Amino acid sequence: MSLLDMSSGGPSLWAPEWLPRLPQRLVEMLLQYFGAPEWLVTTAGWITAAATVVGVFLGGFALLSLVERKTLARVQNRLGPNRAGWFGILQPVADGIKMLTKEDIVPAKAEWLLHLAAPILIVMPSILALGVIPYGREWTPVPLELGLLFFFSVGAFTELAVFMAGWASGSKFPMLGAMRAISQMVSYELPLIITTVGVVMITGSLALSDIVEHQVGFHLGFIPKWNIFTPWGFSAGIVFYIASIAEANRCPFDLPEGESEIVAGHMTEYSGFKYALFFMGEYLGLFAISGLGITLFLGGWQAPLPGLGFVPSWIWFFAKLVVVIMSYLWIRATFPRVRIDQLMRFAWLCMLPMALLTIPAAGIWVFTANPDGSHGILGWLTTVPLLLIPWIIITIIFNRRISPATRSYTFADS
Amino acid sequence: MISDPATSLTSAVLAPAVDDDQLLHVSLGPQHPSTHGVFRMNVVLDGETVVRLKPVFGYLHRNHEKIAEGTSYLASMPYTDRLDYICPLSNNWAYARAVEKLAGIEVPERAEFIRVILAELTRLINHTAFAGFILGDMGAWGSALMYAFREREKILDLFEELTGARMMANFMRFGGCRNDLPDGWSAKVSKLVDEYGPFLDEMEKFLVGNEILLSRTLNVGSLPKEVLINGGITGPMLRAAGVPYDIRKVDPYGIYERFDFRIPLGATGDCYDRIMIRFLEMRESLKILHQALDQLPDGSFIHPKAKIRNFKPPLGEAYARIEGPKGELGFHLISDGSTRPYRYRIRPPSFINLTLIEDMCLGLDLADVVVILGSIDIVLGEVDR
Repeated sequence: MSLLDMSSGGPSLWAPEWLPRLPQRLVEMLLQYFGAPEWLVTTAGWITAAATVVGVFLGGFALLSLVERKTLARVQNRLGPNRAGWFGILQPVADGIKMLTKEDIVPAKAEWLLHLAAPILIVMPSILALGVIPYGREWTPVPLELGLLFFFSVGAFTELAVFMAGWASGSKFPMLGAMRAISQMVSYELPLIITTVGVVMITGSLALSDIVEHQVGFHLGFIPKWNIFTPWGFSAGIVFYIASIAEANRCPFDLPEGESEIVAGHMTEYSGFKYALFFMGEYLGLFAISGLGITLFLGGWQAPLPGLGFVPSWIWFFAKLVVVIMSYLWIRATFPRVRIDQLMRFAWLCMLPMALLTIPAAGIWVFTANPDGSHGILGWLTTVPLLLIPWIIITIIFNRRISPATRSYTFADS
Repeated sequence: MISDPATSLTSAVLAPAVDDDQLLHVSLGPQHPSTHGVFRMNVVLDGETVVRLKPVFGYLHRNHEKIAEGTSYLASMPYTDRLDYICPLSNNWAYARAVEKLAGIEVPERAEFIRVILAELTRLINHTAFAGFILGDMGAWGSALMYAFREREKILDLFEELTGARMMANFMRFGGCRNDLPDGWSAKVSKLVDEYGPFLDEMEKFLVGNEILLSRTLNVGSLPKEVLINGGITGPMLRAAGVPYDIRKVDPYGIYERFDFRIPLGATGDCYDRIMIRFLEMRESLKILHQALDQLPDGSFIHPKAKIRNFKPPLGEAYARIEGPKGELGFHLISDGSTRPYRYRIRPPSFINLTLIEDMCLGLDLADVVVILGSIDIVLGEVDR
């Protein structure tokens, strides 16, 4: 068995393309060499594949925790952590040691079992969700046929975990945080899921790798055929992006842990490694939801320009991931937080209608396609007004509420 | 709380909408990220709506007034720095004015100019930091605050050069100031004042146009003018509601009559107006600073016959007030002819502005409480003394 046989036969066969799958193949080869039964080889291979993903993203979590602090610091005219190691590179290690060695405090009024289970449950769905995302041409850890459905099914666990944390802490700030988290996550999961319906309609498949394959190619030779470059996809992508910020509890929708109001929300009564697990869950969830957004709208692992196919596909995926996550950091460094009633109004009066409108728009887009799959002027002429007019109307309505135009300032006549 | 039920909103909204056992009693503070120190609010929530709010003071009580009654007049001067530690020089001035009024001490012209310059620089510090703090209360994670502090640092550097300390200045003396301006100091202030206008433009552009800031502050925390006046509210909070009350104009002190400046007034008195009024006031402060730096006369920085040791004001009583950055800051002194004041009493703007917080917050969200508290602009060192 030569090494080249390991790739399942994509167009690019050179080494780095299947580098992320190397551990899995090595384990399988090793077990086959020692004559292990078939079920053991498969199981061990899957465990190794899962371990690769977990390893990569735990490394990413450590890196992101440093990058986030550094980026925020630079935006805020500060230096950020720069004591531990060169350029603060060892700061995640120092944080980890600190978290691990801190006392684990369980409040007297807490339900200890749920209090213990919540941080575990909050990390688990994020890791599960990360398993189904196609990171590269040859690298989908668990290629599920119903990948999209699986992603949202396990993603719904997060709400449960957050509410468990808030309720089981037996304290008031966590309770308030949990109340906020439930209402926010349920409200924003709706538009989040509805926007993906359009993608499924266009692709005709719930498998995430099929969704990426469907976005192969270029319009006019240089515009990628990503879903974001269609009218319905653009609208859906914006809704998805905003809803994903809310799902990931990031600023300006970080109400469940709104620091200046309810201290740390559902994490208030946690300390030590359990507290670190919440952060891990949050960052892994951020990776997962950005990865899904990239898969659905930004062409997954595809190169952004023709002629760049020689770069391994997973590098493109992670490059896009960096761009998306940096945009989250930028928003966090810039915006204040919204209030809970404004958050809910925004979800139900703006996000939900716009998400729903992408479904007929995607339908029209499919219907008006030419037999060869290309799109003529008709599709643009029908879908663009269908989406643009409601966008404008909603923008006007929302801006009128917050217009300071009525304010005028006088000066006292002395 | 104010007592007159006709002008108080408290009694109208106090009756809870649901049974008391359905309500959530939350103690915001004394250890809480956005109580600006160790302030505590016992909040009763119906869902997220505030039904009752009881402020609890005193966690930073340092017995300042009693200590001042047991020590000499000048020895209290460093303590006044620690009242409102964002703006120590205004506190210095208010105390010095009270003692000067009590003892009838003249202040040389140059010293008055120095005091005006320092007080207006302090106002810039306070209002700039305020804009940063309130954005932090809204959850902007310190970005606005760090830029506000960048400008504050520049002014603090000037203070350090002049007084030797960045915050705890201890600079004013009865009859003048402790020392003269160092060489080139006023040129540095001129440069700073020239650069401050563009910074304010930038800050205002970024803050005021932000949709989230607008939605968080518009129509939040406004009270009728009458309630504010009855509650003794002063400073930018009162002027944001459209009441033209600025002690620099209504009861001029120092040499403020010589300067050309205006008093900006808002209309509704909500949190947005409070932010805007402070920005407008900073621009007026810049105008005063320009004029004061241009006209700065030569002469003595302290009255030549001002007595430092064994200072005994004659028997009597005096109340002097200034327009501090946060409102009317007054000192009331009673002298029994000895080296120590018989009675020493402060009228702190932070504390009195804070008394109406329940009226402002009732019926609003928990998140609004934090913004309203930020818009009142308190410093706990002054609230608790």
